[in-house]
Amino acid sequence: MNIVVRPHGLTWVAGHDHDHDRIATTLSGFWLFMMSDLIIFGLMFATYVTMLTPESFAGGPTPKELFELPGAAMETAALLTSTFTFGMASLAIKYDRGLSKVMLWLLVTLALGVVFLALEAREFTYMLAEGAVPQRSGFLSAFFGLVPLHGTHVTAGVIWLVIMLIELNRTGLTGPASSRIARLALFWHFLDLIWVGIFSVVYLGGIA
Amino acid sequence: MSHGFCSLIFGRLDVESLDFLKAFFHPGLNDIILSGAAWVVIVGAAVTAALLTWFRLWGPMWSKWLISVDHKRIGVMYIVLALIMLVRGALEGVVMRAQQADGLHGGFLSADHFAQLFSTHGTIMIFFMAMPFLTGLINIVVPLQIGARDVSFPMLNSLSLGLTVSGAMLVMISLVIGDFSTGGWSAYPPYTEPNFQPGVGPDYWIWAVTLAGLGSTLTGINFVVTIFKERAPGMSFLRMPIFTWNALCTSLLLVFAMPPLTVAALMLAADRYLGFHFFTNALGGNMMNYANLFWQFGHPEVYILVLPSFGIYGEVISTYSGKRLYGYVTLVIATMAIGFLSFGVWLHHFFTMGQDADVNAVFGIATMLIGIPTGVKVYDWMATMFRGRIRFSVPMVYALAFMVLFVLGGLTGILLANPPVDFQVHNTLFLVAHFHNMLIPGTLFGLFAGYTYWFPKVFGFRLNDRWGYIAAFNWIVGFVLSFMPLYAVGLMGLTRRAVSYTNPAFEPWLHVAGVGAIFITAALVSMCVQLYVSIRDRELTRDIGGDPWDARTLEWATPSPVPAYNFPVIPHIHALEAFAVAKGAGLGYQEPVSYSDIHLPGDTYIGVITAVFGTALGVGLVWYMWWLAWLAFAVIAVSLIARAVLGDRHPVTIPAAEIKRKYRAWLEVVRATAPVTRALEWDYRNHGVAAAEYTKEAAE
Ligand code: HEM
Ligand SMILES: [Cu+2]
Repeated sequence: MNIVVRPHGLTWVAGHDHDHDRIATTLSGFWLFMMSDLIIFGLMFATYVTMLTPESFAGGPTPKELFELPGAAMETAALLTSTFTFGMASLAIKYDRGLSKVMLWLLVTLALGVVFLALEAREFTYMLAEGAVPQRSGFLSAFFGLVPLHGTHVTAGVIWLVIMLIELNRTGLTGPASSRIARLALFWHFLDLIWVGIFSVVYLGGIA
Repeated sequence: MSHGFCSLIFGRLDVESLDFLKAFFHPGLNDIILSGAAWVVIVGAAVTAALLTWFRLWGPMWSKWLISVDHKRIGVMYIVLALIMLVRGALEGVVMRAQQADGLHGGFLSADHFAQLFSTHGTIMIFFMAMPFLTGLINIVVPLQIGARDVSFPMLNSLSLGLTVSGAMLVMISLVIGDFSTGGWSAYPPYTEPNFQPGVGPDYWIWAVTLAGLGSTLTGINFVVTIFKERAPGMSFLRMPIFTWNALCTSLLLVFAMPPLTVAALMLAADRYLGFHFFTNALGGNMMNYANLFWQFGHPEVYILVLPSFGIYGEVISTYSGKRLYGYVTLVIATMAIGFLSFGVWLHHFFTMGQDADVNAVFGIATMLIGIPTGVKVYDWMATMFRGRIRFSVPMVYALAFMVLFVLGGLTGILLANPPVDFQVHNTLFLVAHFHNMLIPGTLFGLFAGYTYWFPKVFGFRLNDRWGYIAAFNWIVGFVLSFMPLYAVGLMGLTRRAVSYTNPAFEPWLHVAGVGAIFITAALVSMCVQLYVSIRDRELTRDIGGDPWDARTLEWATPSPVPAYNFPVIPHIHALEAFAVAKGAGLGYQEPVSYSDIHLPGDTYIGVITAVFGTALGVGLVWYMWWLAWLAFAVIAVSLIARAVLGDRHPVTIPAAEIKRKYRAWLEVVRATAPVTRALEWDYRNHGVAAAEYTKEAAE
């Protein structure tokens, strides 16, 4: 007898039960999350740009009067360096340079993140003291909607880094920890990119 | 001192804000209705709690449902929420219709009360009825249709539900304590700014929508990843059932369209709470920014609402015509095209707000373009029915009503996409007629069709047909009577959101619309009766075989109700409509060659924690009880972090032997059950095993 083994519609075969890559799945979920976050930032940027008009300054301070390059440049330097050091941590993981190397680079990243936040807080304090408060004008509302939103994200990243460091200290570079670092790295580089946007649009654009 | 202390604890909450006492202070019809509604909520909650206690159901409800991460149970909880909110939302619609029927020179409601009614009605119907309903169906069906064990992120799924529930709770609480916004479902500033509406109303709207919106964003992420990553081997994209395709498109829209809403609502919050000037009249605010942000969400939103129903109609029409879907690939392309185009037309919601005529023209043309893929879909559905052996089941009745009514609504939409026409009928009841014409047949009927169609899959017995037909009849007649007259009064110039009017020519039309509202009430009652009768008769309508409609997609290859692990082993897919093909070859119920252990995620408290503390967070923010807001926020944050660090501590493993035993037992019962032909599927003889009557044609 000639049996043609042609599968009809569906076949039930055991063994293929989800040996698929959990890490890749989680990572793609995180990518999507960041894409929707990117939209939030995009809309805040758009709002900011539409508020760069004399009507929205409402007689209050203008970007030219408010922003100084040195402060913004220092913030940028801190954040860009922290992205570099995070990259070093990722490389240390990739090439098995040992847990202490990884943790050291992450610690440096953390420190730079804190420096960035401190610089930003200082800038805001000056602005508020000068009366450049968000309640002053539509333009300032848009500024304080956009830039501190990035700052809040960095704060979240810093908290995440702290938790990560504690966890690494406890468990070492196990599967879940290294996948979490991969996501944190993505997040951190993403914030860096957003900052480049802020630096160009808000600070360079404002002073020019 | 004591006053200061009180306001530290209760914020701006005082006795005056307790709606359920209002009738005792000012006993007029308006306040009696207001307090009555508040008492319905209070008594309803109390009776539910008492019943749960009486039947000792707290334990099972907690352990089987509230902390479950099973996507089917989460889906059911979404739908229960949606149905509760549907009752409230629809009854509010009925009250508004009654008011307008009686509204020549007056009526029985105060203008403020009417304004709260249309605001809660719109908000509820969109965010707390339609969205949870479709999210629930997607939850139940999609993993089964793609042959998955579960969604990609089960814990996140429970979190999303918790967020949605807390938003809905806020809207319910606003009925009992304080006012809701009077700014409509779109909450346009500057009217929702504090100088126009100083009270708590817009704050309720802001936090309800923000919480639920976050939940929806996360749901979107979850299902995009699930559909991309969890498909069974062989389930290529072009073998995915059409409902899953629509769910994918909806999920993508959720990911990309919810953020604008969140941004708009939080900016409005900054204006209200912190004195910012995003949208104010004074000091450089710009209200048009809100309109742009809101409708960049708002237009895609209507496709979020309608696409799942399109998917359901696709499944229903093909199943009950006994034919494969005509033009499957064109349907897929049309779906994606609609999703894509939906982002490019938002501006048609404010043609009349003063932009350049060229801008209006561009957006008008872009809007009309969406008619093309939608038309493709309608033709594909018609071609599917052509020469089919159609059974007029309840879902099919909804589908047919939809096809007729939706095309009509689409035509009035094309009219509205014309800026000059829009200038004439802008903000009249013509618009209200149009969007209800899209939303009720387009979304709601589809959700009802899906509810009827998949009910046996979830609960293991069928819904009563007779009461299903009665409900469908009432919905259809009620819709036509309620909304068709509104086209007329709209053209005659009656503006929307009007509590009363002075032109007697409107009155007869609004009386007809009022009669329609009676039919809609009857429809709600029929659905309740249907549920009662169906549960009572459940032994007669058991769906043992799991395939009561001789259906085509993978979810019907499982037992009903579906076990927690969905499939005994993950199936391999070799064709589009694999189950129909297998049945055609006489291989519908195969025994797996071998089994292996199944790992399932463990229960989680995260959903319950977010539901409870999310609500508390909202209440704290609305009433300025800052301690409560901070506390609730901290609890949620800490539990999320703890869960992230600790991971799933109670994963479940089901041994292969047990699965084998259960599956074999089921196969034996199925083989012992008499199959029915399609002609008898409404009959008590239908126990979910389809006869091989049409198998040949199914295989083709
Ligand atoms: C079930 C029967 C329904 C009835 C009787 C009904 C009735 C009404 C009425 C009387 C209004 C106010 C019109 C005006 O402002 O003059 C209204 C507004 C509205 N309805 Fe419905 N409706 C129903 C179902 C739905 C459904 C299913 C949805 C959405 C899925 C929906 C969404 C809305 C929205 C968004 C508004 C606008 C609210 C606003 O003005 O901000 N309705 N409806
Ligand atoms: Cu639109």
